Amino acid sequence: MNGRHVPGRKIGRTYVKRLNRRDIALIILVLIAALAGFILEFTRTGRGAQLQISVNGEVLGVYDLNMNQTIEIGDGNVCRIEDGTAWMEWADCPDQLCVHHAHISRVNETVVCLPNRVTLTVIGGEEDGEIDTIVSELHVQQFIRDAAISAAA
Amino acid sequence: MQSKIGRKVAVLGLCSAGAILLGYVESLIPVLFFVPGMKLGLANLAIVLTLYFFGLGSAAVVQLVRIVVVGFLFGNLFSIAFSLAGGFFSLAVMCLAKRYGGFTVYGVSVAGGVSHNIGQIFVAAFLVENVKIVYYLPVLLLSGLVTGLLIGLVSDETMRRLGAVVRKI
Repeated sequence: MNGRHVPGRKIGRTYVKRLNRRDIALIILVLIAALAGFILEFTRTGRGAQLQISVNGEVLGVYDLNMNQTIEIGDGNVCRIEDGTAWMEWADCPDQLCVHHAHISRVNETVVCLPNRVTLTVIGGEEDGEIDTIVSELHVQQFIRDAAISAAA
Repeated sequence: MQSKIGRKVAVLGLCSAGAILLGYVESLIPVLFFVPGMKLGLANLAIVLTLYFFGLGSAAVVQLVRIVVVGFLFGNLFSIAFSLAGGFFSLAVMCLAKRYGGFTVYGVSVAGGVSHNIGQIFVAAFLVENVKIVYYLPVLLLSGLVTGLLIGLVSDETMRRLGAVVRKI
């Protein structure tokens, strides 16, 4: 277009040149914020044990994620739990975003049906990390006790 | 001799039509995104261009017309309120970024995309009274960044090609 614009190999570089320092700073800031969020969430949450279903902020019920079942939520939504994951199987809302939403299994993951104000949220139960530490601490104590006993004998 | 205001009405009508059409095209794309509030934000292209060519007032009018028309065509009053919150929050942020931030159109568009997603997730969290949706914020930040860059690129190319024509209006 303006003479300097060379199509082909250089095209990526010319686009990057159009960004100024502040643009790049903003991009890096957003990337860092997103990365920090990911790390925070993935280190703090494990697989959940239960599914909490709420309508309009009121808890409708809490269901075991390890029990395969189909739950009807009023007339508008049907939720399915199978093998530790849950998803919205059917909804009468126009956008169907909740039905297309990825299946959930980790703590705090949520499916929202905004038109019907329905939310499915995976909640706690035993978090893998904590159990592992407790178990390993017990093992260590056991090991020390055994060692002490055998030393005394 | 055409009146200046008449021209502006016609041009803004065109922008609104473009924004509505882009919103419709976006609704035709099968769901690629699995997170509430995540979307391509094609309509934001028309808003960014209107903001750059005609200023904040015009962009606000186009945004309002777009949301109300799309809302009545494909949604309901509830979805209109929802879109208004995200749409005007992002427009305000883009205007501030453009005026005081010293960004190029790429930065302004990224700011708009990210703030639109943030605005919508907070409104969603408020409406369903479930704060845990904020869990999806990192994903939404990334998607806002990527779509913002793409919209910025297309806006930039459009302005390079149509800038001279639009300035004569």
